Amino acid sequence: MSTTTTTTAGGVQVVKPTVASHLYDYWGRVRGGDLGSLPAVLGLVILSLIFGVARDTFFSSLNFANMFSQGAQYVFIAMGLVFVLLLGEIDLSAGFASGVCGAVMAIMLTTHGWPWYAAIPAAMVTGIVIGFVLGFLVAKFGIPSFVVTLAAFLAFQGILLYLLGGGKNISITDTFVLKLANGNLSAALSWALTIVAVVGYALIQLNRVRSRAARGLVTDPIGIVGLRIGGLAVVLLIATAILTQERSINPVLTSVKGIPIVVPIIAFFLVIWTFVLGRTTYGRHVYAVGGNTEAARRAGIPVDRIRISVFVICSFMASIGGILAVSRANSVDPNTGGSNILLYSVGAAVIGGTSLFGGKGKAINAVIGGAVITVIDNGMGLMGYSAGTKYIVTGLILLVAASVDALARRRAAATGNR
Amino acid sequence: MAATPLLELNGIDKSFGPVQVLHDVGLSVYPGEVTALVGDNGAGKSTLVKCVSGIYTIDSGTITFDGNPVAIHSPRDASALGIEVVYQDLALCDNLDIVQNMFLGREKKRGIVLDEPTMEQMAGDTLASLSVRTVKSLRQLVASLSGGQRQTVAIAKAVLWNSRVVILDEPTAALGVAQTAQVLELVRRLADNGLGVVLISHNMNDVFAVSDRIAALYLGRMAAQVKATEVTHSQIVELITAGRSGNLGLPPEKPSDFNGDVVDITPGGDQ
Repeated sequence: MSTTTTTTAGGVQVVKPTVASHLYDYWGRVRGGDLGSLPAVLGLVILSLIFGVARDTFFSSLNFANMFSQGAQYVFIAMGLVFVLLLGEIDLSAGFASGVCGAVMAIMLTTHGWPWYAAIPAAMVTGIVIGFVLGFLVAKFGIPSFVVTLAAFLAFQGILLYLLGGGKNISITDTFVLKLANGNLSAALSWALTIVAVVGYALIQLNRVRSRAARGLVTDPIGIVGLRIGGLAVVLLIATAILTQERSINPVLTSVKGIPIVVPIIAFFLVIWTFVLGRTTYGRHVYAVGGNTEAARRAGIPVDRIRISVFVICSFMASIGGILAVSRANSVDPNTGGSNILLYSVGAAVIGGTSLFGGKGKAINAVIGGAVITVIDNGMGLMGYSAGTKYIVTGLILLVAASVDALARRRAAATGNR
Repeated sequence: MAATPLLELNGIDKSFGPVQVLHDVGLSVYPGEVTALVGDNGAGKSTLVKCVSGIYTIDSGTITFDGNPVAIHSPRDASALGIEVVYQDLALCDNLDIVQNMFLGREKKRGIVLDEPTMEQMAGDTLASLSVRTVKSLRQLVASLSGGQRQTVAIAKAVLWNSRVVILDEPTAALGVAQTAQVLELVRRLADNGLGVVLISHNMNDVFAVSDRIAALYLGRMAAQVKATEVTHSQIVELITAGRSGNLGLPPEKPSDFNGDVVDITPGGDQ
């Protein structure tokens, strides 16, 4: 294979990548410890095959659709946690923060009779305020985030009990809120959404290649770009085809088909946070603070403000998770956002490829990791394992993911690729 | 040789509580020249640099830039004037690539979106102007670069902003022989491009290899600022360790030691 060199950007010689060299470089990065989401994707495929072989119902369209609303809360909280983890911090209170936000929404809807379009923002604002307080304590007082959020974890548990009048269960009846986690898009809208997503992704990718080529900069080989677009198109089209099947147990009574409404909500936040992290100054600064705080400070980046902001984003996303959890359960109780939710969410972010050491992670990690967690939870439930076994297995998988992260980091340090 | 200094410090005093770190320090930096700043540990080199770069504010004294008196209260003020510092520990983010590091804190934007093509192009132009042709890709993570390449990126980052004065804090301290030569060549090229360069170093070979002038600090005082061609290795070592060498340097501490020689204590006393 001939390597052609090209002169780019003012005369610096660089190698023009071909499809083969691009793949080779990727493999080199993986070997050098830059794994990204690769282990999670492989794990997802393997786990799905195991559960699919063991239980026919695992691959049924009903179960497939179910998993989206089952995993949504983890995914939303994990997306927020990615920001906190990028700075090498942790938010242990995100689970109960989502519970508190969900309770605020439920109380506004029921006790105060607010409409959904006032109650949902109230929950979001609650999340933002919580995040600001946590971030302020961490950034300005210098208390380790572990301690601040551990204290908040306990306190929010208490606030949730207090809000629910000592442990009562508040049921909600607002149809809009209930639809968020339980409703589906119509089949036509489902297909339209999928096509918009694929075409939008293709346009963004091609536009990047075009604008870089116009400036004489090195571009990804067109074969790779085609592969990315084609891959996304295949996955989305197959998923849409499955989800637009009739999946009602008794189709005569009710028809259930279409993409669950949580999917576009997840996609919306995925696009937003991917854009923020990858394409804005703010995102760049988050990575910089996570990679080298001192360098960021010297570059004039307001480190404290960045630190507060990631906690705000995390608690805000927790509030979205809380709203979805309440919608899914039709009610809020003292355990909403409790038990395993936080650990599953941290697990989702880490399994997806976000580093616990800061500086490395993407919004998509939360989605992929959340998918892995949900598949385990769902698949083992179908196979009739007890909650005890599920926790043990999930714990082990989180441990594996954290080990992969730590080992990859050591490997990266050894190959000078950290 | 340019007659007027680009950056001139006069009578700089700086104390931290009861400890006076800088006494009446003067320093002149000329465009197109490398001025080496030497001195033993604790002589005040880093403090002086931090005063110039706006991290510390000076207690008294004047800073003149391009003939105009200026006040530097923050790193932003220094950057606005065109004074850039390359710190010993480089201050690069390992998890970002070369372009991202060079523009850190001063990213180019189109609307709210980062303008990556423009930044990549400018970074490439800057590296090319420094005759750097050793990187595989501008999108390489800094983590994967060698020590010399990192130093190069750090220096390129400093000159990207049409800076007038670049201060390098021990740029060769952690480098091997070949890489040291590379970086020194780069330092020389900066000066040849018309910038005022301040090189802080402990290594006399490096100092004599590239500098036009040498300023020696001794216990917070400017012992002497001389042309590199007019002094010897051992004279500089004496200035660093004792504060004076022959008729160069600080006056003797006790009047009784004063032997009547003409003592030149003014900065830039070579004139």
